[in-house]
Amino acid sequence: MTSLTALCTVAAVGILLVILVYIAIQGVGALSLNFLLNDPRPVGEGGGIRNAILGSLMLLLLASAIGLPFGIMVGIYLSEFGSGRFGSLVRFLVDTLTGIPSIVTGVFVYTIVVVPSKHFSGLAGGIALALIMIPIVARTTEEMIKLVPHSLREGALALGAPQWRVTLGVVVPAAASGIATGAMLAIARISGETAPLLFTAFGSRFFSYYLDQPIASLTVQIYNYAISPYDEWHAQAWAATLVLMTLILSINIVVRFLTRKRF
Amino acid sequence: MSTAPTITTRVPARESTRESARAGDSAKIAVRDLDFFYGKTQALHRVSLEIPARIVMAFIGPSGCGKSTFLRTLNRMNDVIPGTRVAGEVMMDGVDIYKPGTDVVELRRKVGMVFQKSNPFPKTIFDNVAYGLRINQLTGTKAELEERVEQALKDAALWNEVKDRLKTSALSLSGGQQQRLCIARALAIRPEVVLMDEPASALDPVATHKIEELIVELKKQYTIVIVTHNMQQAARVSDTTAFFLLGKLIEVNSTEKMFTNPNEKLTEDYITGRFG
Repeated sequence: MTSLTALCTVAAVGILLVILVYIAIQGVGALSLNFLLNDPRPVGEGGGIRNAILGSLMLLLLASAIGLPFGIMVGIYLSEFGSGRFGSLVRFLVDTLTGIPSIVTGVFVYTIVVVPSKHFSGLAGGIALALIMIPIVARTTEEMIKLVPHSLREGALALGAPQWRVTLGVVVPAAASGIATGAMLAIARISGETAPLLFTAFGSRFFSYYLDQPIASLTVQIYNYAISPYDEWHAQAWAATLVLMTLILSINIVVRFLTRKRF
Repeated sequence: MSTAPTITTRVPARESTRESARAGDSAKIAVRDLDFFYGKTQALHRVSLEIPARIVMAFIGPSGCGKSTFLRTLNRMNDVIPGTRVAGEVMMDGVDIYKPGTDVVELRRKVGMVFQKSNPFPKTIFDNVAYGLRINQLTGTKAELEERVEQALKDAALWNEVKDRLKTSALSLSGGQQQRLCIARALAIRPEVVLMDEPASALDPVATHKIEELIVELKKQYTIVIVTHNMQQAARVSDTTAFFLLGKLIEVNSTEKMFTNPNEKLTEDYITGRFG
């Protein structure tokens, strides 16, 4: 039993390592300071992914600004007040929402944001990503808050704290590192999303920070370069992948550091 | 069954209580015909009991006898459990705490509680004790807050052990210290009654001894109701003891009488270890 589980563990970690190392080997060739600090240029002239890095960060920021408060609120509601029938219904819907293919979310946002506004925009991309985040954040928040021992709530209630202060002042802080982990997972998840951005943020070959305009992102750029016929762009796609993974890893490390157990 | 317990004199401080007990309606808490239900299960059957001010009353009885449930009706802590129901009245200083429109927050400020398992918040030692003061806005200035925290920690006999590390996590304290911190947290808002639900059951003998000393000390200022499984503990700390069995209050008596010559056969059987 031990050897079987150990074998599976080693295999799973091994595959992950192979992917990471392979991407690093493939990507490091085209990686340079110029690659990070320049915008795309026509084939044969080099160019880089500055616009895509900025675009991705802005999309992540926008999606987090919408999705995290929303998701956390839903999670708090489900854990603190969601014991009734309505709570079960919301829980079921949230679970269903988690399973919706991200391309569907993209098409949905295309219909309700892009079509009425008549052009692709960073805003639409952010909304699409936020919609993917909300159910993930809501469920992890709920689970994390449920892990907070009941005795803590009773302790606070017994001191004369009203319910909302118990939730906000004791329960949520006690679950903060877990909630942050959930938020981080959600951010990591959406930073790898490509499909919902194809119909919304669309992508752009120019440096732009206007959220009402189409905006570049690493994933869409990787996609466009990877399906192109040019070796140079293939190399750039690998390098952009390496950058994207480093970005996700950094977000993970920073959030872990900020929410490390202090108590 | 005696519902108006006579109080023996073992500690001088009790003398004043005895006098005020004679003076008339001195009961801090007077419970009449209290029934309590968890859903359809009745956990308490017509419990009537008076608790005079500034004494220690111990509740004893086997597990599931309703003593903790009864304790928790005194600060309406059972309200947070869905599907529970109360009938009868609990008068505190002559006011029914179950009458509609009662400010539960205000009640819980007057009736502090210490739980079986110490439950410090994942905050600093200082913030734990300051929590009740802050949410109830009981202190104006920072200096006043610090003073109240210090006093509460001193009252809980914890100050000397933690005064140099108030800013460290409460979870770094030992089990006994955590429980005394929870007592300090309850005392900080200066309640009139302190309910203790088996406060020492998870502690080693040394820590238990400290808590017991503390309880005897606290009686000078507070009315204390303690649930305990440990009959020696009840005998050591309490002035009056109430014995519960199967949701019924069997006997209330002075602790001395209870443990030497109880009125009820059931009490004697329980205390001598014939069951439970």
